[in-house]
Amino acid sequence: MLAVNFLLLAAALFSIGVYGVIARRNAVMVLMSIELILNAVNLNLVAFAMMTDVVDGQVFALYVIAIAAAEVGVGLAMVLMIYRNRRSIALDELSEMSG
Amino acid sequence: MSAVILAADDVNVALNVGFGIIAAMMIFAAISVVTSKNVVHAALWLVMVLAGMAAQYILAGAEFVAASQVLVYIGAVMVLFLFGIMLTRAQIGREAGLNNKQWALGVPVAVIVFGLLGWVIIDAYGDDVLPETTPTPTVELSDQFLDIYLLPFLAISFILLAAAIGAIVLARKD
Repeated sequence: MLAVNFLLLAAALFSIGVYGVIARRNAVMVLMSIELILNAVNLNLVAFAMMTDVVDGQVFALYVIAIAAAEVGVGLAMVLMIYRNRRSIALDELSEMSG
Repeated sequence: MSAVILAADDVNVALNVGFGIIAAMMIFAAISVVTSKNVVHAALWLVMVLAGMAAQYILAGAEFVAASQVLVYIGAVMVLFLFGIMLTRAQIGREAGLNNKQWALGVPVAVIVFGLLGWVIIDAYGDDVLPETTPTPTVELSDQFLDIYLLPFLAISFILLAAAIGAIVLARKD
């Protein structure tokens, strides 16, 4: 199997995730797009582990999975708090901190 | 493209066909995640992407990572997402206004990012053939975790604890 297969698939998923982060207005949808990006990075790490025949890449992929789980937990708690305070999770309405 | 890949020497055809089918499914599902008009459907398409990713890990010989992917992402993270959708009272059904006003800007950005990444990847790895995969024994991973990666391993348990406490504090109702 060619090395570029995995890397190009990961690049495609990464770009789709970037599009989702830019285009989506609903905070939960933005978090889902971030998950796509993190998964693309994980696929790269596993592919590099396969390429170099060293397991360190897989170790890093497991760290990324753990961090992603923590990130989703905190992120959704923040979204819930924002929803409770403002009755909306539209990100373009959260503009108090814009200059 | 696929014909070129299959024609390369020293290539396991079944592995490549499996990879191609799963990859096409994943990209379709990922595009559905970011374009769906229905939040719940987007979450279910995301399950498809995550399951395809687990399958790719198995093709890459990373069985423990695949098992963790299924347990953590499909098991835990998706339940969190569905609860998040439920508690923020998203409409069950089509919903207007899921996209920003400037959503069209995302298309050229994504295309440029993909073009640059693809160019760099093809330039750097051209037609390197991956070595034949043998599944990585989990023993090797645990040897790494309990040896040189012990400190980050402990740190990540503190991060998970802090995230759990932080999520409870943030989401409490008083």
